Amino acid sequence: MSDTRDLFAHVPRAEFDVPGRSRGLIDAFRWHYLLRLLVRTGVTTRYRNSVLGWTWSYVRPAAQFLVFWVVLGLFLDLERGISNYAVYLFSGIVVINLFSEAFKNATTSIVGNAPLVRKVFLPRQLFAVSAVTVAFVHFLPQVGLLLIVCLFMGWITQISILSILAIIAGAALVMLFALGLGLLFGALNVRFRDAENIVELLLLLATWASPVLYSWTMVRDALATLGWPDWMLEIYLLNPITQAVELFHYAFWYPVTQTDLALPPALAINTLWTFLISVLVLLIGQAVFRRLEGRFAQDL
Amino acid sequence: MSDHTRTTLRPSIIVDGVKKTFTLNHAFSLKDTVVSFIRGRRITSTFEALKGVDIVIGEGESVAILGYNGSGKSTLLKLISGVMQPDAGEVLTRGRVAGLIEVGAGFHPELSGRENVFLNAAILGMSRKEIEARYDEIVAFSEIEQFIDQEVKHYSSGMFMRLAYSVAIHVELDVLLVDEILSVGDAPFREKCRLKFQELIAANKTLVVVSHDMEMVRELCTRGIVIDKGSVVFDGPVEEAISRIDV
Repeated sequence: MSDTRDLFAHVPRAEFDVPGRSRGLIDAFRWHYLLRLLVRTGVTTRYRNSVLGWTWSYVRPAAQFLVFWVVLGLFLDLERGISNYAVYLFSGIVVINLFSEAFKNATTSIVGNAPLVRKVFLPRQLFAVSAVTVAFVHFLPQVGLLLIVCLFMGWITQISILSILAIIAGAALVMLFALGLGLLFGALNVRFRDAENIVELLLLLATWASPVLYSWTMVRDALATLGWPDWMLEIYLLNPITQAVELFHYAFWYPVTQTDLALPPALAINTLWTFLISVLVLLIGQAVFRRLEGRFAQDL
Repeated sequence: MSDHTRTTLRPSIIVDGVKKTFTLNHAFSLKDTVVSFIRGRRITSTFEALKGVDIVIGEGESVAILGYNGSGKSTLLKLISGVMQPDAGEVLTRGRVAGLIEVGAGFHPELSGRENVFLNAAILGMSRKEIEARYDEIVAFSEIEQFIDQEVKHYSSGMFMRLAYSVAIHVELDVLLVDEILSVGDAPFREKCRLKFQELIAANKTLVVVSHDMEMVRELCTRGIVIDKGSVVFDGPVEEAISRIDV
């Protein structure tokens, strides 16, 4: 076969493709039809063969909400510090649920689709993107529930363009952040299944690392009491999830509540910063994913 | 070697000095690693699946890749399809490559046959328009029209394979990779598949077949490549290749 060498020299490379080369997240647009089918499959098969079906999408957050509201609001009396605590709590829980679901599903999406990854070449990022999109679909009825409650409390008269923008920005922020982390941990999970457990741990912390159950002023006051520097509060507030939770508070809770609880400083400009952080995380996640992607088929 | 006839063809697949080595891990956890280290045992071993393979396949050729189990045939096919990446050398392909490597890998048991046709064809890279245009043909080929709206989990294994196979074989393609699945379904269905393959060959599509079914190989392929322990040991007319493997 020595003469094949000479043959390759005359071959114009431009006509050929290198099989298995991915173009990163751009593939999600090129393969949009498959993405749509994957999302549809994820949504329709999720509650197949269960009697209550989609009701489970409401039952879980409702139970979660009830527990926190009874224990924290009534027993620990947080309701006195944060008026209209139920709405405050639920608008935060909705965000955390979106993040948990998106992050967890994206992390397991590659291993979960092992038969396909091992045998057929297709852009593997699609699995993570579809996992996050499915999480978003499940998030919608929860927002709907929140909206109905707020409407009863007179939200409609207080509604503004800014609150709508805040909702969209908050959801986008969480999804970007979850996709970035999901790509990173999803790629690591192929070789090291520890990633799944690390993600579980991170999600456990995520609920408490953001002002879902308490208010951000408690963190500020605690830092002041301890005499710790101010930049720690900055870091706390620059967590994209914290920002998204505050944006949801701003959109749903503030308009319907009489309160002297201040909004976090620089809520608007922090939206921009946290977006940058999320995009950065996404770029890192995507870079790691593309680096490890070539080995998925043999490591699974 | 009859290379002079081949060089006149436009190459469709180029495999240039391709090597593939697998690293096998014996220790998975930290504990295993530490224990192996203390006992002075190696925690990984390597396995060379392909040791520098050069193959050029021209447009419209139908080539059989022959060899015993573990010789590296399937690895080669996976490299051409892009599922795996070579460690050294390069693989180049021209046009749309479709693999009948594992039919039905993308089937979802909870979805109906119809939904699965669309999902799988999309996985194999078809656009919505192409699928819609070929949908009737796919279902007709599989001969399971009356069950198409049932969930796939209620299918018999034969029905399942037939549908999966029909989808894969109707994908718009220039290069078709076939791995050991010519033994699908009953005799009439296999005959239909054979005719379909011949149709593809007549349409100047490139075919790469990995199989142990020598009858099928003899009928479909003109050229045979024998791989042994990761190296090409013979490349030439299919009859000669088959006689090499039989000995």
